[in-house]
Amino acid sequence: MSDTFDKVADIISETSEIPREDITPDSHTIDDLGIDSLDFLDIVFAIDKEFGIKIPLESWTQEVNDGNASTEEYFVMKNLCGKIDDLIKANSA
Amino acid sequence: MQLEYFQMIDKINSYDPVERKLAASSKVPQESPIFEGHFPGHPLMPGVLLIETMAQTSGYLVLATTGFEQMPFLAGVKEGKLRTFVAPETPLEMEAVMVHDGSGFAITKASIKSEGKKICDAQLTFKTLPWQTEDFSAMMKKQALEMGMKAEFVPS
Repeated sequence: MSDTFDKVADIISETSEIPREDITPDSHTIDDLGIDSLDFLDIVFAIDKEFGIKIPLESWTQEVNDGNASTEEYFVMKNLCGKIDDLIKANSA
Repeated sequence: MQLEYFQMIDKINSYDPVERKLAASSKVPQESPIFEGHFPGHPLMPGVLLIETMAQTSGYLVLATTGFEQMPFLAGVKEGKLRTFVAPETPLEMEAVMVHDGSGFAITKASIKSEGKKICDAQLTFKTLPWQTEDFSAMMKKQALEMGMKAEFVPS
């Protein structure tokens, strides 16, 4: 598993008191892990800090609400970590 | 400061866009209906209103930092410490510093002192949401200006 996945899973576990072993690449952060919107803000804050990025949470949420993206695209762990890797790359480019 | 109207800030004293820091001040009123219940014969400013005071100071910081584009709503209080009692007529000096300006949220650290003595502090989380109406945005800008925020930080 990727370094990003391990770091994000650690953050989620520490922030939301979800057992670390319950978090897998296929976990849906909302549907499977039960993370609510306020806990998600804490998680995004910690991820932003850890990776020096700014997750565009508003635009992701808007895309989902508008029906232009599924929640899986952004909120399943492996996809979330992929998006984070893209943001890190874009930041360092 | 009018506790019963949730007007917790008398004056915005400064806003530093580089340090992303805002300072404000207030004086706890001598009388308020709130003191009739909190507590009869022993008036004390309720701790929740000290948190509200820090939240409003942080709220104007978020507004100024983001150019009044969205309205911040208090969503979380972490490590809130209420260190001492606050009596009527106590002068308060508030400070809020931006910790993180996220997408759809902001995190601040806020504190209140009186005559140099620390009264309370907390880390506050805000959800930032689009203005529901233009009236709401205009009212918040007007209040910021009336409290002393420089016009250069309040878009017209």
